[in-house]
Amino acid sequence: MIYRSLFPRDIFAEFDRLQRDLQQAFDTSPSIRGFGRGGYPALNIGGTAQSVEIYAFAPGLDPAKIDVNIDRGVLTIEGERASTLPADEKVAVHINERFAGRFRRVVSLPDDVDPSAVSAEYRDGVLHLAIKRRESALPRRIEIK
Amino acid sequence: MTNAVNKPDENRREAAVLPPVDVIEDATGITLYADLPGVGKEQLNLRVEADTLTIEGEVVLNAPEGLQASHAEVQLPRYRRVFSLSKELDPDKIAAELAHGVLKLRIPKAEHAQPRKVQIRVG
Repeated sequence: MIYRSLFPRDIFAEFDRLQRDLQQAFDTSPSIRGFGRGGYPALNIGGTAQSVEIYAFAPGLDPAKIDVNIDRGVLTIEGERASTLPADEKVAVHINERFAGRFRRVVSLPDDVDPSAVSAEYRDGVLHLAIKRRESALPRRIEIK
Repeated sequence: MTNAVNKPDENRREAAVLPPVDVIEDATGITLYADLPGVGKEQLNLRVEADTLTIEGEVVLNAPEGLQASHAEVQLPRYRRVFSLSKELDPDKIAAELAHGVLKLRIPKAEHAQPRKVQIRVG
């Protein structure tokens, strides 16, 4: 049987987790789809004049098993992360904070992106998606004759 | 005090994200997994001082020029977590692996702390 220590080893970690849980429970979510379960993967999103850049902090995945889809302006990142906890009965799990299981995060993209011009790279556990904006939407200078 | 002594303390004051970890103990040692997405081998800093284990890493994202963040769940480019090791662990034999942003540490128990079966003689 896996058992957890009754006494937290790292009091600051416990506070941090509590704070995270509270934030997710009480914060008015910035998105109608809310947060992914356990915040996995965490997302950072930004843009330049030419592209929309999405960074998904998704450590410990097989890149071949991450599903990224864009359907009608909605980007979905989904997959599954296997648990590293052993099934062995003779071990003690002292801390278990890492996410395991299926995840799915959804982002609605701006109207000016081109879903056919996406590049995706997985490096050091970060999935980086760069989605180009349409040519017609790029800022341009108008010549005056 | 010299600067060399002061430096780690200054580092410690920099704000950092506390990475989630799993800590599993078996008969021969402790296995620790830490999620450090965005940290490469060069940006990982593992230290053992006395009985304190410090895991530290810098996040490197190759962001394009002119990137303006609109939503950020990871707000600091650094992870740090400190553990105190207990006496029966052998800090000289820690093995570390970093793959896809997951750090795996194996901290074996010292020889004298390895489990051994006590023979009972029947007199």
